[in-house]
Amino acid sequence: MSLHKTLNLARKLLLVALAGLAFAAPAQSEPLRIEITEGVIEPLPFAVPNFQAENASAGEMAQSIARVVAADLAGTGLFREIPSSAFISTVTSFSSPVQYADWKAINAQALITGAVSVGTNGKITVKFRVFDVFSQGQLGEGLQFAGSAGSWRRMAHKVADAVYSRITGESAYFDSRVVFVSESGPKNARQKRLAIMDYDGANLQFLTDSSALVLSPRFSPTGDRVLYTSYETGFPQIFLLEIANVGRSALPTPNGNMSFAPRFSPDGNEVVFSLENGGNTDIYRMNVGGGGAQRLTSAPSIETGPSFSPDGSQIVFTSDRSGTPQLYVMSANGGAARRISNGAGRYNTPVWSPRGDLIAFTKQNAGRFHIGVMRTDGSEERLLTASFLDEGPTWSPNGRVIMFTRESQGASGAAALYMVDITGRNLRRVTTQGAASDPSWSPLQ
Amino acid sequence: MKQITKVAFLVLALGASACTNPGRFDNMGGAGAGGAIVPGSAADPSSPVYFQQTVGDRVLFEVDQSTLGADARDLLVKQAAWLMENPDFTAIIEGHADEQGTREYNLALGARRASAVLNYLIDRGVAPNRLRTVSYGKERPIEICSDEACYSQNRRAVTVISAGGLTS
Repeated sequence: MSLHKTLNLARKLLLVALAGLAFAAPAQSEPLRIEITEGVIEPLPFAVPNFQAENASAGEMAQSIARVVAADLAGTGLFREIPSSAFISTVTSFSSPVQYADWKAINAQALITGAVSVGTNGKITVKFRVFDVFSQGQLGEGLQFAGSAGSWRRMAHKVADAVYSRITGESAYFDSRVVFVSESGPKNARQKRLAIMDYDGANLQFLTDSSALVLSPRFSPTGDRVLYTSYETGFPQIFLLEIANVGRSALPTPNGNMSFAPRFSPDGNEVVFSLENGGNTDIYRMNVGGGGAQRLTSAPSIETGPSFSPDGSQIVFTSDRSGTPQLYVMSANGGAARRISNGAGRYNTPVWSPRGDLIAFTKQNAGRFHIGVMRTDGSEERLLTASFLDEGPTWSPNGRVIMFTRESQGASGAAALYMVDITGRNLRRVTTQGAASDPSWSPLQ
Repeated sequence: MKQITKVAFLVLALGASACTNPGRFDNMGGAGAGGAIVPGSAADPSSPVYFQQTVGDRVLFEVDQSTLGADARDLLVKQAAWLMENPDFTAIIEGHADEQGTREYNLALGARRASAVLNYLIDRGVAPNRLRTVSYGKERPIEICSDEACYSQNRRAVTVISAGGLTS
């Protein structure tokens, strides 16, 4: 059922409930549910009272965790937070019964309660429950997460992931990170360095200094490594970086002038990339550790931007063999390719969704840039954004949100990261310290 | 080693310029008080600065093209002649694109442009082992406005002269 229909149904049920006042029995209610596929017209109202501090030292953290949970949910555009100033009930204990009528009166359809305790070893434990206010019942079991105090944001994201999953029936994306290029300096002397942060911009860490130009980092499917292009040697070359110790090594690519546009295979063991030789760029794959190099395209045109399908059997890429850059799909072992982009304009940076159902891309047409999605056969193209310069989509781990680079026009133009739902709704800027480009989203941690 | 080569070369260059280009740099900087040409200055026809400023170090391209136009070919004939006359120098040819394109495609496009220049210089007799290409795509614009006046200057291939050997 589409989201729209579900919500309409939810609204009808709400009207019935209101008309019948207290007569709407919980058993007759539809369970609390959002279907994401067609975008949310009316976000679902929720309340997150401050989590209970089960000992004195947990007080500040209990408040902060509740705020992160609320920000995660509200940021999706699927949910709307009801401010605490509207609350009638005060939650005084994690185990005390929920006063459903008080939450219903302020139209909170979902209620999230939680508690935080700090152990003698400094570890924190976060417990939470989700309630379907209109059905007057708990949604799923209560859960708890334990970890170091320094990982409190991760635990908050895990709570929000669980709430999101229970209400949408889909996997979530809050406990994830983004590797990107942090930019500074004027347009004609740009400094770039690799950086990593939580998906919401928190916990920023730099992975390289700005002594060498770096481009287009890509997360490994295991979330612990990054492939990127660096001019460290004076020439663009692909590097592999271990996030844990920030150790990096050049990929031993086959002889050629420059290597770039890397992406991991779904198992993380191989890399598919572009190699330039004598001015011509083609696509290769090889083992991440070196060896096993295989040339996949052999044409005088530009072949770049390769991306594996999640099952590893196919590769989508850009080629200008027709005269302009267009999207093609071939076997992951090379061979014949079929063109899938058919609209007016130029298509670049294709990336297969983690669900396997869609391909996101950058489209340039009539002086504008767009982020778009199409089915893997090229049908049902939909443009999600339009601006002076949008490029480089990356998928959220659940395949529902796309992050990309938006660069503003003119001499003072600067790059920033944005997110948009695959429905085209809920376009918003991602908070970063300074200018940022080329995001790559990690898997769910 | 590099330093020694450079010093030896500059002495040779000074001698050559004194013989073959007498009085040619009257209006240019670099002439010493007694009219002697300062080695390595813009007045020294064997200097990278002279190559950059007087021979001309860059050719421009049409949107999305890597074809060399008539003006570009004329300039590259002069670049090739200079490189032939100054055999101790090597060159890296940088290919660039304007900002109207995605990062990775523009890297490939810049490589095409640099390669077009490299191939032309080789055709004119420059030894291939003295030349190398690199593409910066849209990463290093020299003009920063967002219209054709700037874009046309950014779609370029620049021949950068250096005294050292090429590493590969």
